Amino acid sequence: MRNHLLGMAVALAATALGSSAFAQEKVVHVYNWSDYIDESILADFTKETGIKVVYDVFDSNDLVETKLLAGGSGYDVVVPTAPFLARQIQAGVFQKLDKSKLPNMTNLWPLVSERLAKYDPGNEYAINYMWGTTGIGYNVDKVKAALGDVPVDSWDILFKPENAEKLKSCGINILDASDETFAIAMNYIGKDPDSKESADLEAGGEVYKKIRPFVKTFNASAYIDELANGDSCITIGWSGDVLQAKSRAEEAGNGVNVEFVIPKEGTYMWFDNLAIPADAKNVDEAHAFINYLMKPEVIAKASNYVQYANGNLASQQFIDKEVLDNPSVYPPEEVVNKLFTISPYGPREQRVLNRVWTQVKTGS
Amino acid sequence: MATVAETNPAPHSAKGTGGHSWTRWLVVAVPYIWLILFFVAPFLIIFKISLSDTAIAMPPYLPTFDGFGSIGEFFSELDFENYIFLTDDPLYIMSYLSSLRIAAISTILLLLIGYPMALAMARAPTSIRPTLVMLVILPFWTSFLIRVYAWIGILKPDGLLTLALQTIGLMGEGEQVQIFRTDYAVFIGIVYSYLPFMVLPLYAALEKMDNTLLEAASDLGCPPWKAFWKITFPLSLPGVIAGSMICFIPITGEFVIPDLLGGADTLMIGKTLWTEFFGNRDWPLASAVAVILLVMLVVPIMIFQNQQKKVV
Repeated sequence: MRNHLLGMAVALAATALGSSAFAQEKVVHVYNWSDYIDESILADFTKETGIKVVYDVFDSNDLVETKLLAGGSGYDVVVPTAPFLARQIQAGVFQKLDKSKLPNMTNLWPLVSERLAKYDPGNEYAINYMWGTTGIGYNVDKVKAALGDVPVDSWDILFKPENAEKLKSCGINILDASDETFAIAMNYIGKDPDSKESADLEAGGEVYKKIRPFVKTFNASAYIDELANGDSCITIGWSGDVLQAKSRAEEAGNGVNVEFVIPKEGTYMWFDNLAIPADAKNVDEAHAFINYLMKPEVIAKASNYVQYANGNLASQQFIDKEVLDNPSVYPPEEVVNKLFTISPYGPREQRVLNRVWTQVKTGS
Repeated sequence: MATVAETNPAPHSAKGTGGHSWTRWLVVAVPYIWLILFFVAPFLIIFKISLSDTAIAMPPYLPTFDGFGSIGEFFSELDFENYIFLTDDPLYIMSYLSSLRIAAISTILLLLIGYPMALAMARAPTSIRPTLVMLVILPFWTSFLIRVYAWIGILKPDGLLTLALQTIGLMGEGEQVQIFRTDYAVFIGIVYSYLPFMVLPLYAALEKMDNTLLEAASDLGCPPWKAFWKITFPLSLPGVIAGSMICFIPITGEFVIPDLLGGADTLMIGKTLWTEFFGNRDWPLASAVAVILLVMLVVPIMIFQNQQKKVV
C-alpha cells in the first residue's frame, strides 16, 4: 500500500518502453501498488525466464476494482487487498490458480494463508504478497511537546477529543480508507470491528466526528511526505508507509523523528495478494511471475525494500535483521493475536459506510 | 455552412444538382452523426445504467442486456429507485447547490478579471494583438494537470507563497499561508485554469467593435465611463454570455481542481460522483447523479443557444 510519485513515474516510463516491444515476445502485464517492489526483481525475472514485465501501478483499491469490474483490464497479475479480493472473487473477476504451475507454494506461511482463507476459501484464487497493519504514525518530539511525557501505545492518544485538541496545531491526518478506519473505531469502542450494522457504523463514525474539528487532512498517500517533513505530527497509517516516512526523514537529516505503533487495543490486519484476472491473456506467464515471487530470496528482497512482512515463511532467513526484528513489521505473537480482519461490505452496507464517512469528512 | 455553399457554389458541383444536394446532405449529416455517436448513444447507456440495480458482478449492476429474446424481462427490471434515493439524502442536493455556487462565484470572478484583460487586448495596437492572443493561449502548451499541481507547490503552507511573503517581510518566520485545501484554493485554481476560456470570446466580441462609435460619443460630450456602459458593454454582451457559459458549465462538473486543491469539506458534485462510482461501486446511482447534472446544465446551454441565434 504505497504511493510515491517518483515510483509511479519510473513505472509509467517502464510501461511506455515496454509497450513498444515486439509483439511476439513473451510478456506479463503486472498491476501493483506504487513503489511496492524492488525494481531489480523485475529485471532479474526477465533475465531468468525471458518474459518481459510490463509494470503498471495504482494507489487505490477503488480504482483497481472499478477497472476489473468493467472487464478487459488487460492485466495478467493484479494485487488487490483482502476484503476487496473477496468481493472480486464473488463477482467472477479472477480465475483459479493452477497450483501445478506454482511449485514454490511450499514456501508459504501457513498462519498467513489461514487468515487469507477467510477471504479466499481454500486459497484457490490468490497468494499473499505482503501483509501489514494499520496503526499510528507519529512525530515523537512534537507529540511529546503537545501531550507531555505520556506513553504512545493506545488509540486514546488520537481518539480522545482532549488529546486531539492539543495535537491540532501540529497536524492530524486520518487515513482515507473507510473500511479500515471504521473497523478500528468500532473495535476501540468495544464493538465487533467486523460489524455491518448501521447503528455500529454510525457509532464508529461518531468517534471521528468528535475529533473532526481537530483533523487537518484525510489522505492515504500524501501523509508519508507530510509526516517526514514535519507538516503533520500524527496519522492513522499503514505500517510500511510510516516506516518509509521515518527513513525519508532520516535521509533528509531534518531532525524529524518518526515512529510507528500498533496500539494495545489491537488494529486492522490487511493482506495484499497476487491474483490472475479471468480474462488474462498471458496466463502461463502470470503463473511464472507469481511462482518467481514466491522464491524465498526474491520475496525477501522485496520485503527488505518496502519494509512490509510477506506471507512466505521460508523467506525469513533472507530478510534483513532490522526488518525481521522490527515489531512494527513482524509483530510478536501476542500482538498478532490482537489483530483483526474484516469481511467485505455488501452494496447497501457500503453505501451506509461511505455516507457516514462523507459526513465525517465534510464535517456535517 | 449551407448558405455559403448556396451563394458561392463550387464550379464542379454546379454541373449537376444531384451531386450538389448529396454533398450538402453529407455536410449537414456529419454533426448529427457525431452527436448520435458521441452524445446520444453514451447518454442512453448511462441512462439505462441509472435505472438498474447494483450487484456483485462484472459489470457491477443488473440487469444487463442479453439480447432481444428477453427484452420484456429486461425492461421490467428497470426502475427509478435511484432517482428517488437522490431526493432522500440531502448530500446530493447540497453537492449540486454547492457546485452551482462555486461555478457562479468563479464565473463572476473570471468576468471581473477577464473583461479588463480582453478590453486592453482589443485596444492594443493592431501589430501586437496576435502576440497578446498567443500569450493567453500559451499556458495550454503545458498539461492542465501539471499546472494544477504547480499551484499545490505555490499554495501549500511551506510553499512559494509563504516563502515570498516572508522574504518581503509581510509575514513572520513562524507564520504560514493557510490557503491550500480550502475553498479559496479551489477558486484560485478554477479562475486560473479557465481564464483563457473567458478572455478569448470577450476579446473576439470587443475586437470587432467599431471604435468610431466611442469617438462620436466623446464628441457629443459623453464621459468615457458612461460611453463604456452605453456602448462597449452592450456590444460585448454576446462575448460575455459565451465566455460565461463556456466557463460555468464545465466548472459545475469540475472534479480535478477541487480534488487536488480543495479540502475534505469542499463539496462538489464531481467529487460526490467519484465516491459513488469508485468508493461505493454504485454505478447505477452514479449514473443517476450524472443524468441529473446533465439535465441541470441543459438550461444554461439552451440560454446560450438562444443568444447565439440572436447574434447570427
